[in-house]
Amino acid sequence: MKNKPMSDRRKFILNMARGAGIAALGGFIWSAYVDEVTASQLLLRPPGAIKEDDFLKTCIKCGLCVEACPFDTLLLAKPGDNKPLGTPYFIPRDIPCYMCPDIPCVPVCPTGALDELSVTTNGVLDINVADMGVAVIDDESCIAFWGIQCDACYRACPLLGEAITIDYAKNERTGKHAFMKPIVHADVCTGCGLCEKACVTEKAAIYVLPREVALGKAGDYYIKGWDKNDEKRLENASEIKTQTNISKRSAIDSLNDGLEDLY
Amino acid sequence: MATLWNNYRYLILRRFTQISLMVLYFGANAWGWTVLMGNLSSSLVLGIVPLSDPYAALQMFAAGAILSIDLLIGVGIITIFYLLVGGRAFCSWVCPINMITDFSSYLRRVLDIDRSQRRQPSSRNIRYWVLVLSLIISFFMGVTAFEFISPISMVHRGIVFGLGFGWAAMLIIFLFDLFVLKDGWCGHVCPLGGFYSLVGKFSLIRVQHNADNCTACMECKTVCPEKQVLFMIDKESLPVLSGECTNCARCIEVCNDDALGFHIRKLGKNNKTGENNENNE
Repeated sequence: MKNKPMSDRRKFILNMARGAGIAALGGFIWSAYVDEVTASQLLLRPPGAIKEDDFLKTCIKCGLCVEACPFDTLLLAKPGDNKPLGTPYFIPRDIPCYMCPDIPCVPVCPTGALDELSVTTNGVLDINVADMGVAVIDDESCIAFWGIQCDACYRACPLLGEAITIDYAKNERTGKHAFMKPIVHADVCTGCGLCEKACVTEKAAIYVLPREVALGKAGDYYIKGWDKNDEKRLENASEIKTQTNISKRSAIDSLNDGLEDLY
Repeated sequence: MATLWNNYRYLILRRFTQISLMVLYFGANAWGWTVLMGNLSSSLVLGIVPLSDPYAALQMFAAGAILSIDLLIGVGIITIFYLLVGGRAFCSWVCPINMITDFSSYLRRVLDIDRSQRRQPSSRNIRYWVLVLSLIISFFMGVTAFEFISPISMVHRGIVFGLGFGWAAMLIIFLFDLFVLKDGWCGHVCPLGGFYSLVGKFSLIRVQHNADNCTACMECKTVCPEKQVLFMIDKESLPVLSGECTNCARCIEVCNDDALGFHIRKLGKNNKTGENNENNE
């Protein structure tokens, strides 16, 4: 076997096997890396961005949205930022989205990763329906919840009185003052981050998170029975049939079950 | 001065296009110029004409993205352009990485590294494997696989939008080409180059060799980043038909015997110049 010259077919097969082996190893490392870098969820996308999964495959990373932004809000993720490389995002505490009425960042997108239709009402661009994220309040560090008067976020909100409202409550500690607590209404909030920028605390007590991260979901089994619109969700609900097997043993045996190892 | 121009005219023109494209992109982001906005992945000329990287679009397609009309128009323009001028003209006339790898290649010659590493242990077909692999990973992971690791994008995007750790990618490619493998990145690994090699199989602008004038000095093969395409030197008067030729024209400049020059490929019947001579390992 050793002295015989190797046949061309054998050589070819071995070469292909070597290539496939290297490709498999490379592919494994490559896909592990890609999986890791695209796993980052805490990322705020420009207005009109489609669902994150689709965004990652559709965004071509050209930066036209970044160039269109007049406030230099948008950034492209650089190597070392630990974000999906080359995709646009913004950090509201540095520069929030100022919600331009003409939304210059969206129509320039060549691939539709920023979807014009998602920020359009009745055929007109409407930044107020944008959904970049949602503001959440840490009421432990928000000084308005302490009783100190502050309504910086409320005043900064471009949808003043709609996305953030002030809830008045009696301050029992002093007995004569009022709490003026900011409340975010998630259904109105666009996630622009002007509140986060305006927040006076050392680290913002109100901050924007992606909606999927910040919000829970009640599911189809809990319905506001008093709300006609909410009742419509029942149409989505699917039926799950569960079956519990009834023990055929006597009740005494069943009650004493599981105590064997005590003795 | 005249000889300087004569010996480096294409090199100077290439550096001019490479640098001015980057300056235009940079100006678009820094000072709001509208001549050429975006970056090499996708751009907008004068605010109207879209241009898009066909390889990126291919990965998007593999990943299952819906391709928009603007993107397809941009891909069409770029594909037709490189079908005409030579696929890998992108590599030598546009891509900023080319300046890094050319510098490595130049240093290898100056420092005489080439002589001690004459045997090149790897195949130039790796790029096609990487190309296929990128599409497979794109398909299964649902992301544009190469775009997330591409040092090319890191560099051109970095020049326009901020480099970050992109300098590390530049340094690694420089050192890899300098010490590990001659023409390692551009000539062996880069799947974008592989993609444009496939596009360039059909392109019209070709380097033509005239064996009658050739004195077999082999200067052209010394400077060529894709030596294998010059297999006909001193043997036969053939056009360089391999798509792997980058149309960088260094061979034309270094030739003192007028044995190489640009020609438009003859379409249709090509009796002696061998349209079939594309297999040239």
